[in-house]
Amino acid sequence: MTRHHKSIETRHYEERASFFGDLERLSNMSRRGFLEIAGLSAGIAAAKGLVTPVGFQLIDMAQAAESNRPGFSFAYISDAHLYKKELNDRFVRSILKAVDDVNALDPQPDFVLFGGDLAQLGQKEELDLGAQILKSVKAPVKMMVGEHDWFLDMGEHWRGLFGAPQYSFDHKGVHFVTLMSVNEKDFWTAHGMTPAQRMQTVAGLDNGTQSRFEVGPEGREWLKNDLAKLDKATPVVVFSHSPLYKYYKNWNFWTDDADEVQAILSRFDTLTVIHGHTHQMLTNRIGNIHFHGLLSTAWPWPYAPTGLPSLTVQMNRADPFNAFDGCGDGQVSVLMSGMVDKLYNLWNRDPVTIKASYLSSYGFKDRPPAAKLASY
Amino acid sequence: MSAPAWSLVLIAATLSCSSLAFGADDAPRHVLPASPDGDLVVGLCDGETSVVAKGIKPGDAMTPEQGQRIADALMGEWRRKHPEAAWDKMIQVAEADAVGQAKNAGKDAGPAAVAPFQAQTYGAFDARDEAIWKASTQQLIDEGDRIFHDAKALGGTVAISCDMCHPNASNTHPETYPKYQVQIGRVALLRDMINWCIENPVRGKPFADDDPRLKALEAYIISQRKGVALDYGKH
Repeated sequence: MTRHHKSIETRHYEERASFFGDLERLSNMSRRGFLEIAGLSAGIAAAKGLVTPVGFQLIDMAQAAESNRPGFSFAYISDAHLYKKELNDRFVRSILKAVDDVNALDPQPDFVLFGGDLAQLGQKEELDLGAQILKSVKAPVKMMVGEHDWFLDMGEHWRGLFGAPQYSFDHKGVHFVTLMSVNEKDFWTAHGMTPAQRMQTVAGLDNGTQSRFEVGPEGREWLKNDLAKLDKATPVVVFSHSPLYKYYKNWNFWTDDADEVQAILSRFDTLTVIHGHTHQMLTNRIGNIHFHGLLSTAWPWPYAPTGLPSLTVQMNRADPFNAFDGCGDGQVSVLMSGMVDKLYNLWNRDPVTIKASYLSSYGFKDRPPAAKLASY
Repeated sequence: MSAPAWSLVLIAATLSCSSLAFGADDAPRHVLPASPDGDLVVGLCDGETSVVAKGIKPGDAMTPEQGQRIADALMGEWRRKHPEAAWDKMIQVAEADAVGQAKNAGKDAGPAAVAPFQAQTYGAFDARDEAIWKASTQQLIDEGDRIFHDAKALGGTVAISCDMCHPNASNTHPETYPKYQVQIGRVALLRDMINWCIENPVRGKPFADDDPRLKALEAYIISQRKGVALDYGKH
């Protein structure tokens, strides 16, 4: 969104800085990789028009040779579900643990995505507490909204703290889009609900009174416009709170207009959706779109009883006797190809990485270890 | 027909004994008139009819003949009070059918013979009875559903309710209990785990075994696993 309001000059200098930054980092990381890519100086490459005029996109150049090398990484914290700390300190301790995790990363991630559901019941105190905690994250934080943040005051306080819920930005040749995917059609007026009752209803995963999540016509229109100018070769990463596909309707592991949204996204060669809400290891691929779920810091959800996307490797059932088990945070490593390796940093367990090659080979290569205790 | 009636009386006697033994306050009780001579009084399951077993004191052993006499007396009294009663009509129908089949047996096969119903008072219920029972059961399940989703009703102090980790009671596996629960080092029933959750993540006080809230929670959790095979001990 903001990029449309930047001057051409500003964008030029940003892209230039990003381009040279990439080259510098790449040469530090792998001398050979650097040589293989160019074999001549970056200045010459740019001058000869070997990079696209859209920007100084190193990724386009790198694709052939070094597509599986890491380009940059970002970390995530998600689904903290904070109550006021006087009421419940368990979830506060959990998000603090995640903040410590990402602050301890070396090298630091380029930014940290917060995946939505900062609050449990959308209250000011809850959101303020979350905002205060996230201030101690060293890397820049990108915020996404969840339904628990929204349905008390329809996002008023959240927007006051964090701005518009739907926005996009470009980072090192990748176009990032954050969607507001947890809109619901009005179910509350007919039931004469107060805002608190509306919030409580939406907060109940198995509460069938509510509507299903959707990006909605306006959101889809915004998305279409945002992506309109991009070439189909541009790598795109979409953040949405709900999974942008239809997983399990009864628990709103679901986006009602997922098909329409996928239709907008499907023209891109390399497109990744990172979503919150499901509190579990969750992997899917539909056409060229790769989907990854996020872990919650607060609690894990069970897997849907109706079955899982075939590429999902389940995580072990959580041990209820360990408050942190099945919870965690993680990182996303964006490869030079624009595809991503997705790391689930499960607390008290071995971390699990879902590699881009696993998804691009439809599960043939690099299958992560299976769960010992599958759900039943 | 007298034999089923005899066993009926035994059932009645057993039921009234057991309700006394458990001392459940809400269970209906049959109050029987005392015998002036201190003889045994036996009640029918209608809760009203009773006879005095002359010469038999409570606790005396009875011969089958004596038991049969008491049963016949009770049935006789019940029939006298309910001249219009047709509770065993099904038996008569069934018998008529059986006779019909026997007659047809000599001729060549007609339509496949339908097995006659067995009939008894216990089976003598209709769709309305079933609807009432279903509604009563659902009432208990719904109450469990409510408590399961309500941190306050659970007595929790940190605003955590069961559904936050167990939507539709998933991941509770009621069909796998009893099982050895490694984390607590002993065999646990579902209710032990419910109470563990109430004490720990929910930070409330565990429910007593006869707490109606615990019964309701069990009812709800089990109802959500309808059709899943029992598999005790499974991990």
